Amino acid sequence: MTQEQTTTMAPFVIKDCALIALATGKRVQNLKELRDHLEVVPLSSLYYHFWGGHLYPGFEEREYANDLGEWAKHGLHDAALAEKLAIIDPSGFDDLEHMRQALLDVVEHRLEEAGAELWKPADRHFQFIRSQIVVFGTGRTVRHPEQLAEVIPGLSPGSVFYHFIDARQRLPRGEDDFRSWLAPGGERYARLCQGLSSIDPYFNSLSELREQLAALFSSFHGRSTDVEPA
Amino acid sequence: MSNLLESYAEVTGNAIVDQLRQLATPLRGMKVVHVNSTRVGGGVAEILDKLVPLMCELGIDTSWEIITGESDFYQCTKSFHNGLQGHRIAIPEHLLRAYEETNVRTAEQLRPVLEEADVVFIHDPQPAPLLDLCPDRKGTWIWRCHIDVSHPDRHIWRYLRHFLTNYDASVFSLAGFAQALPHPEYLIPPSIDPLSAKNMELSQDEIEAVQKHFGLDPQRPMILQVSRFDRFKDPLGVIQAFRLAREFTPGLQLVLAGGTASDDPEGEAVYREAENAANHDADIHLLLLPPDAHRTINALQRSADIVLQKSLREGFGLTVTEAMWKGRPVIGGDTGGIRLQVINYHTGFLVNTPEGAALRIRYLLQRPGRATQMGEKARQFVRENFLLTRQLREYLTMILAVRNGGTDRIELS
Repeated sequence: MTQEQTTTMAPFVIKDCALIALATGKRVQNLKELRDHLEVVPLSSLYYHFWGGHLYPGFEEREYANDLGEWAKHGLHDAALAEKLAIIDPSGFDDLEHMRQALLDVVEHRLEEAGAELWKPADRHFQFIRSQIVVFGTGRTVRHPEQLAEVIPGLSPGSVFYHFIDARQRLPRGEDDFRSWLAPGGERYARLCQGLSSIDPYFNSLSELREQLAALFSSFHGRSTDVEPA
Repeated sequence: MSNLLESYAEVTGNAIVDQLRQLATPLRGMKVVHVNSTRVGGGVAEILDKLVPLMCELGIDTSWEIITGESDFYQCTKSFHNGLQGHRIAIPEHLLRAYEETNVRTAEQLRPVLEEADVVFIHDPQPAPLLDLCPDRKGTWIWRCHIDVSHPDRHIWRYLRHFLTNYDASVFSLAGFAQALPHPEYLIPPSIDPLSAKNMELSQDEIEAVQKHFGLDPQRPMILQVSRFDRFKDPLGVIQAFRLAREFTPGLQLVLAGGTASDDPEGEAVYREAENAANHDADIHLLLLPPDAHRTINALQRSADIVLQKSLREGFGLTVTEAMWKGRPVIGGDTGGIRLQVINYHTGFLVNTPEGAALRIRYLLQRPGRATQMGEKARQFVRENFLLTRQLREYLTMILAVRNGGTDRIELS
């Protein structure tokens, strides 16, 4: 596809976002309570505990990639359960409801194994939190895929989250916004889309993701500086 | 952009100020009222002092009202405060009556304003009954709890809870503080204002003048705790930690700088306890500062090598945020909102005892390079998480979400 052809694409509108947290009132003290609450917490709670941590900067890399795994290890001191929970990645499911079932399978299986430890209390509670997301405009659009190489290094963490993580819950097939936008380009962008699909957001901070995305677009396109206001 | 918004943009960046403007657009012209119990002293008043004009700058018609009462009212609300933070307290019936009567009187004065408002923020328990006393209210009412209510006295919580159930939403600083209520409960940490007299940059001359005024020797190390004279702030534990640390750092100075708030009747008694514990030690400086001594506190925080906030219970601990903003490592009690801010070996240390505090004081005084690094990280951490603009963004998001039926996704673009 030539640059003339890409001008017929709808512009890529750059957005930003923030999460706001809410208590659910679901407080977990042992494995059985975890199972009971997992069955009923809103999906926005699973979203928060699996993706929300990306928007809350910390100083240390987390041992396990989601809040449930962290709590299983450091609250329940159940390393086996922590590993089984931590490997569950929202990207691997059609939607969060399917992921909930997978989580329940793991916890219920562990309950069967745990036997007498069913009621073993954790050192600290796990609080199910849910979130609401607010999406902002940034006043910037990109008309040509080539421009993304220049734009991505300047994206805010919220923009990276919105386009590369939140998109997976919004779009069919769990795509990110970049792949969705590039898809009509067909073969020309197939290698770029393949590169995008190989970047795993689960284990990287937003700044690391931004670096990886920038490097990918840069190596594919070289740089452009043509960013237009909306 | 207005001058005030421009000033914030210089500190926080343009992006968040632009987000505030987007959030404010659908709220423009609305009447928002905040109600608390004091205009001066304490973290709530300090936040409202800047939050209200900033909301006005964004085109939201925002005002600030207070509830005031007699000494029985303050005795009662102080007991609420202590009880909600975990002390077992029986409150005499006549104090509860004073509490309710004060709210009835306040409702008579404020009813027209409150019933007309589109959004009412009620801060802490003092004015909580006002909602039920405004039967013709038309707006969204939000209860903002600034207190650590993770382990409340059950009798007191049960008494207060029936005033809270009709609110449209409540706000707690941490997930662990949220109590069961029949409405959405938002989790929003408070914040500091980087432009206020307490947090703005000061000249070295002004800092040195404050040191001289209080007889502090700038050539010797100094540790500081800024807080009300309140038992939950553990001033006696700080004095004990200081004495343990001084055995290894001769010449160490301690400043305990506190004010009293007009709604806190216990402050003077706790000050006397600290005075007795200090026992005329020339290197322990107990400063009872007026509530408007913001620049003085700012200068003291900038003079300190280490700042302590050795609280036993803490809602959030804005003095921690203030110290971190000034690039100081903080040794804080392992409780409440201090845990959100003080990250071991990164922005300071969490401690549980005077001995723990003394150990960390010694560590940081022995390793000034490490202390400087932690201070730099602390300032950046505050910039990203605990400035007023972030808190306002979350308040405005919450208003939009609550008024739109609690939707999980708000699209402004």
